[in-house]
Amino acid sequence: METLSEKQGSLKLGAEKRAARGGFTRFLKVMKSQRYLYFMSIPFVIWVFVFSYLPLWGWTMAFQDFKPGKSFGEQKWVGFKHFHELFTDERFYLVMRNTLAMSIMGLVAGFIVPIVFAVLLNDLKGKFFKRTVQTVSYLPHFVSWVVVAGIISKMLSTDGGAINNLLVWLHIIHEPIQFMAKGNLFWGIVTGSDLWKEMGWNAIIYLAAITGIDPELYEASRVDGANRFKQMWHITLPGIRTTISVLLIMSIGHLIGIGFEKQFLLGNNLVKDYSEVLDLYALNYGLGMARFSFGTAIGIFNSVVSILLLFIANGTLKRVTKESIM
Amino acid sequence: MNRAFNATRGEKTFDVINIIIMLLLLSVTLYPFLNVLAISLNDSSDTVRGGIQIWPRQFSLQNYKVIMNYSGLVQGLKVSALRTVVGTLLGLISASMLAFTLSRPDFQARRFVSVFLALTMYFSGGLIPVYILMRDLHMIGTFYVYVLPGMVGAFNVFVIRSFIDGLPYALQESAKLDGANDFTIYWKVILPLCKPALATIALFLAVGQWNSWFDTYLYNGSTQWTTLQYELMKVLQSTQQGGSSMRGGTNDMADLMNQVSPESIKMAITMVVTVPILVVYPFLQRYFVGGMTLGAVKS
Repeated sequence: METLSEKQGSLKLGAEKRAARGGFTRFLKVMKSQRYLYFMSIPFVIWVFVFSYLPLWGWTMAFQDFKPGKSFGEQKWVGFKHFHELFTDERFYLVMRNTLAMSIMGLVAGFIVPIVFAVLLNDLKGKFFKRTVQTVSYLPHFVSWVVVAGIISKMLSTDGGAINNLLVWLHIIHEPIQFMAKGNLFWGIVTGSDLWKEMGWNAIIYLAAITGIDPELYEASRVDGANRFKQMWHITLPGIRTTISVLLIMSIGHLIGIGFEKQFLLGNNLVKDYSEVLDLYALNYGLGMARFSFGTAIGIFNSVVSILLLFIANGTLKRVTKESIM
Repeated sequence: MNRAFNATRGEKTFDVINIIIMLLLLSVTLYPFLNVLAISLNDSSDTVRGGIQIWPRQFSLQNYKVIMNYSGLVQGLKVSALRTVVGTLLGLISASMLAFTLSRPDFQARRFVSVFLALTMYFSGGLIPVYILMRDLHMIGTFYVYVLPGMVGAFNVFVIRSFIDGLPYALQESAKLDGANDFTIYWKVILPLCKPALATIALFLAVGQWNSWFDTYLYNGSTQWTTLQYELMKVLQSTQQGGSSMRGGTNDMADLMNQVSPESIKMAITMVVTVPILVVYPFLQRYFVGGMTLGAVKS
């Protein structure tokens, strides 16, 4: 921390000096002396420009009737036609419903469960047991969604799947349920799979934050007669409040940009009305049917709403908890 | 901390319940993997009878022998290994070089580069504009599409940068006095000291490369550059309800599935895809826990 602030201090000093002496020649002189630093960063800046900034130019497609093969000047401009088409498409509202439902379910579960897991894990006594649980809990994070989707459909299958077997054995159901073919179960399956995959990984940050809490606080509360629940409630949770709010803001910002990997891999034609999310919609209608402009309009809608949500979440939390990430 | 301190009955009950919850979690996480492993190692005609839990009933390596005769899979294995190695190396070089220049307080383009890079964390062009760009750059159907577009990752740069910020700056100054130029300082002084941060980022990059399938689906589905994950995806999707003819189930694969049961094939390929990562990640754990925390605090 000290080295950082020292450096920032010297940076400010350097900037003032430069401003005082001023001049373009001075700038070039420094540039020459720092040529290695320039050689080591400029190529990558160009790289970022090409692969991250250039696609933004592609947003113009949404306002054209984009025909591949024609140059930019030859494209026909159509204004908000594709957005109009999007907002009058019934499918769009269905897709929007699915996107919001799965993101909100994912947000609530994926936000609360890792915190509970971190707090409980932190309270575990045996060091070896604690380490084992933690290492195993990361495991699913490292395998791909392809593998997870395969595992989930295996576990839920009617033909010897573990879940069905367990439920039948416990006499909760008499006949195996066709989990993967029931649309109304799809949202739950996606949320559950996500939780299974990422819970342990998402708990890392909370665990690190808990380690930073002063142990004396626990000692003191114990003297005052607080039991474990009270300690969790009054010390551990407030101690990681900053971390919790920052992560909450960030996940709200990504609320409708939930991706489509899980939905693509876990879904099938039978549950299509429940599994299609915005990005998949863009993929199917935009790329699949070569309606590039329409697909881009979906993408822009997605980005704009995400950024709006991020600002709203940040503003609200700033007022409530005095935390902010921007 | 201090076990003997007022261990009341309520606290003991709490401990027991906590341990039971954790044991449940352990088994829910581990059972699916062990189940897949057991089925992949079990004789396929015996598997059809059902009831395999976490231990093979009739041990057999036949499933693995059969899938290794499938040319698409062997090819996919090679491509996946290649993209993992090349992608990780390129990603490490770019992230560490950029991180080094950004950690230099005297670098005059520092602010510009830093902001230019940070902005990419908050927006993306979206699926279709990126696809059009790849097409215009003639990268579709090539190997480059796996390793070039995602080469510079802002998050990785910032994680390594905050690690370099923690190193004493005097090291660089004394190297400079000895006549080293900035590149030599990066290569000889900074890189060797950054090993923990580099290990973390290498794991992230390697896992990302190994696990990705969507770029193959989008750009290279019918070329010789299909990856292992993509092959697995094809196999899994080909026999799912309602999906048989949906996403190009190959005849090659159908032959294979006739030799042994589809389930055994699926489980064996799943293991081939999964095992490399399961072998690596526990060893790198102490690095990435640190790296994750660092990244979270800084970004």
